Amino acid sequence: MSKKLRPLIVGAGPAGIRAAEVLANAGIRPLVVDEAPLGGGQIYRQRFVPDERTPRDLYGSEASKATALHQTFAALADCIDYRPQALVWNIGPTVADIAVDGRSRRADFTHLVLATGATDRVLPFDGWTIPGVFTLGGAQVALKSQGCAIGDSVVFMGTGPLLYLVAWQYLKAGAQVAAVLDTAPFAAKLNLLLGLPSQPGVVLRGIRYAAELVARGIPVHYGVAPIRVEGGARVTGIAWREAGKESRLACDAVGFGLGLRSETQLADLAGCHFIFDERDRAWRPERDAAGRTSVPGVYAAGDGAGVAGADAAELAGERTGWAILQDANLPVDTMRIRLLEKKLGAIDRFRSILERAFPFPTAWAAGLPDDVVLCRCEEIAVADARLAARQQSVVEINRLKALTRIGMGRCQGRMCGTAAAEVLASSCGRSLEAVGRLRSQAPIKPLPLDLTGEEDAA
Amino acid sequence: MALLKRLARRDLAIIPFTLDGVPREGRAGDTILTAALTLTEQLRHSEFSGGPRAGFCQMGACQDCWVVTADGRRLRACTTLLVPGMDLRTRPEGQS
Ligand code: FES
Repeated sequence: MSKKLRPLIVGAGPAGIRAAEVLANAGIRPLVVDEAPLGGGQIYRQRFVPDERTPRDLYGSEASKATALHQTFAALADCIDYRPQALVWNIGPTVADIAVDGRSRRADFTHLVLATGATDRVLPFDGWTIPGVFTLGGAQVALKSQGCAIGDSVVFMGTGPLLYLVAWQYLKAGAQVAAVLDTAPFAAKLNLLLGLPSQPGVVLRGIRYAAELVARGIPVHYGVAPIRVEGGARVTGIAWREAGKESRLACDAVGFGLGLRSETQLADLAGCHFIFDERDRAWRPERDAAGRTSVPGVYAAGDGAGVAGADAAELAGERTGWAILQDANLPVDTMRIRLLEKKLGAIDRFRSILERAFPFPTAWAAGLPDDVVLCRCEEIAVADARLAARQQSVVEINRLKALTRIGMGRCQGRMCGTAAAEVLASSCGRSLEAVGRLRSQAPIKPLPLDLTGEEDAA
Repeated sequence: MALLKRLARRDLAIIPFTLDGVPREGRAGDTILTAALTLTEQLRHSEFSGGPRAGFCQMGACQDCWVVTADGRRLRACTTLLVPGMDLRTRPEGQS
């Protein structure tokens, strides 16, 4: 029975690895495809070459979780088929197209686990394409994987737990943090106290990061709205508005992000039904508590299925592994499953608290100057989106894409999709949900031009 | 001037490569993005405005970091490891 199962797991982060572990323990050999050279995902990203830093230096309080996950994945080596540096660029009902080593290969699957992760959620501002502006996640990758700071004097701006975590990690690594500019008001942080009973460790750690930043004399500002990042060839400073007052600060780099956004392209290509998540102001694949999407045999777990963080990703990944066994009428550990769902429910409730503590700046898009670049890929201005809404009565995001090319560039809307929807909604007077979501297209990322086709299984 | 600043990994093995015609050194485990931006300020120029770009997400999502090699190949700098002898161009020839 189990020999016939051929699950494909896309992503070797916390969710993908835990799903693979459950399946491998049941004697099933999944195919795990991941874009990175090494497993771990973004938050537990591994170095390419060992260096002088310890896991504690790299992952801080999460060092033991990171090490455990890496060890689990290493131990699975003989029980799974693993394709690193490989991109699943298209999905059909039971077959995936995978670009690996300059070739495109096809792989058949009976079950599909989408553990595709997330990237920073961003909105544009004047100067956001100047060299030296990176996402918060990018600033973290530079530090952890590459041992580099994004500049000599770094401002971190935006909101979300990552804002304080990355600023604190930079501080610890010896980088100069010029300021932390939180787009959310200070009062919002009081919501975190509601999370103390259920997630005391997470809350206290967050408070400690902020307290240490302040103790080291790093200015932390709240309720900030960016005016512009200054510079030409590179960043030279940042100007912002705070309580009606304009301020500016010299710096040579900016790390920026407003929480995370799920990578959902493959779920879309797989035909999964999407729902609008009011809390995240984003569309995500509909799924049950076990990770089953609307398409039989297709499961979604981790941040790619709705942002919930690395702990939730491990739990949800494991849960989808069990779901595949359940759906194949194989024995499962029901006690364990109940525990996983209980823990996931608690994290989900905590997520609502986090969203209130680090609220998305809902008025940002409407207040953007017309000449700000909305689409980084093709440098299409905010004005173009507004014009389409006003003069051509565009009320739907894919129509906007067809008319303006916003979302059609190389990033396929990953960097501009949030802004495009927010700007369109504010311009045409509809809700974010009503303007809809960008449809995904294969290949989901640019492929090497010299890619050759090959029909055998990967 | 460099955009990125090395805080660690300074003592790893040297990887020689060429950047805008000049022989340079990276470190074992560097991505192209790291190797280039610890020495210069941009990876490419926008084909629309001509403005300099240096990547944004560093995790293969934004596609802002594609860099050209001397033989005309295009590589995504943040997800491609530096290999000895790479010959990278971050600006049109003749410009320094
Ligand atoms: S920096 Fe975003 S894809 Fe390389």
